[in-house]
Amino acid sequence: MNFLRFAWTWLTSSQQWHGGDTIPIRMVEHIGYSALALLIATLIALPLGVAIGHTGRGAYAIVSLTNIWRAIPTLGLLIIMVVWIGFSPLTWLIPLVALAIPPILVNAYEGVLVVDPDLTDAARGMGMTEWQVLRQIEIPVAMPLIVLGLRTAAIFIVATANIAAEIGIGGLGRFIIDGLASNDYGQVAGGGALVVVLALAVQVLFVGVRRLLVPVGLRVAGRS
Amino acid sequence: MLSRPASWKGLAASGLALTAALALAACSSSTTSSNPLGSKSAKGTVVVGSANFPEDELLAQIYATALQAKGVKVTDKFNIGAREVYYPEIAKGAITIIPEYNGALLTTSVDTSSSAATTDEVDAALTAKLPATLEILNPSTAQDKDSVTVTQAFATKHHLTSIDQLGPLAASMVIGGPPEFKTRTDGLVGLAKNYGLHFKSFVPLDESGPITLAALKDGKVQAADVFTTTPQIITDHLVALADPKFNFAAQNVLPLVYKKGVNPLIISTLKAISAKLTTAGLLAMDKQVILGHASYSSVATAWLTKEGLPH
Repeated sequence: MNFLRFAWTWLTSSQQWHGGDTIPIRMVEHIGYSALALLIATLIALPLGVAIGHTGRGAYAIVSLTNIWRAIPTLGLLIIMVVWIGFSPLTWLIPLVALAIPPILVNAYEGVLVVDPDLTDAARGMGMTEWQVLRQIEIPVAMPLIVLGLRTAAIFIVATANIAAEIGIGGLGRFIIDGLASNDYGQVAGGGALVVVLALAVQVLFVGVRRLLVPVGLRVAGRS
Repeated sequence: MLSRPASWKGLAASGLALTAALALAACSSSTTSSNPLGSKSAKGTVVVGSANFPEDELLAQIYATALQAKGVKVTDKFNIGAREVYYPEIAKGAITIIPEYNGALLTTSVDTSSSAATTDEVDAALTAKLPATLEILNPSTAQDKDSVTVTQAFATKHHLTSIDQLGPLAASMVIGGPPEFKTRTDGLVGLAKNYGLHFKSFVPLDESGPITLAALKDGKVQAADVFTTTPQIITDHLVALADPKFNFAAQNVLPLVYKKGVNPLIISTLKAISAKLTTAGLLAMDKQVILGHASYSSVATAWLTKEGLPH
């Protein structure tokens, strides 16, 4: 209960909301870092996952590699990046993108892979090109899993973007790291609570994304 | 040197590591006397201890080597743990000599509320407040403490050797350090109070670790809090600026001794070491031990030889 009281006292004091380095600024930074990392990870992992699922080529190698990749500690990667390339946006982007690639890639691959062959065979029989099969059959059918992968990746990123604060930039991690360094547990608890709220908001956001992207005919099936 | 790098803290916090260290020290100590309490040597018998980080172990090795060369029977109890662990042991005489840092000794074990800053103030406070069984010998000029550190290139360009020369530059400089540096009384607050410095901005980094060093090299910050015996000061071409107003409390290396366990020969040997030990000398030895992975005994013996001390 102490945690909640600490967090509440800190969150409700007006100095956290007005002036420099406040909660709104840190929140916007955190969302900015997260959105950029998710965008880049999606641009890399989604086409790759769909391509592997469609062609079946290199599936075993890529999926195994991706699963091993998951074991890379994000904070360790961040420190290595600082030492290797110094301080640039890439320093924190690379670890966050690396974190988000596996769930997006594997879900896209699995989603396309498990599309009923009867469907695709029928489509080809009707004279559809491979591109049309992919666009009009496989991707729409795989969409529930693709969105699930994106949602998982987004929550990973939002919950982990705190590490950006380790290398002196902003985001909500600033509150957690600075609070720990100065024994200000209200700040730590408040910062932590804000990250939780943001992760929940992402969850809600993806309910909307799912509704937007998943074809009507699949929604019922997806839910069952 | 209010705080050590995290890995050392981690070790200090780990009871398991401590147990292992004690067991190792007990098994593998290179004793010249199998039983320090029996067969009293005419020249004395001592137990030299050290904390569980490389620099302190190196210093203990220097003390032990010099004392052995003088005919004192020495038992090593190196790598014991954090001050919280070894301090009670030396206070009751289970350890006779341990290399210490006067400021950290004062504020962690002797008088946590002390605001003594200069070497003389800190030593006076220690002399006044140490338990009757303990005494500190003369401080060396070698210090392992927080500093305002800049790159050699920046120092050369602006002719810098000391913090008090930063006045005209501070407003255009970004300074980095551990997050608590922003609010600590010897951090930005002290730099403003003691030197009138107001930096352009502050970037929170780590405790004199890889992130801080990368930020300095990369030019993300023009100055940063780096411990004065961080070996990368040499390899990364950095300059720790002098701190004439003792914004950072003194952290001179000196021997802490159990009074009843030492004699004039032992005291004079230790005092001769402190007289020769400098921050630059200690930094060079740290580099060999930490980055070069040289053995403590070879580095200790080489330094004693160079300084014309018993080895």
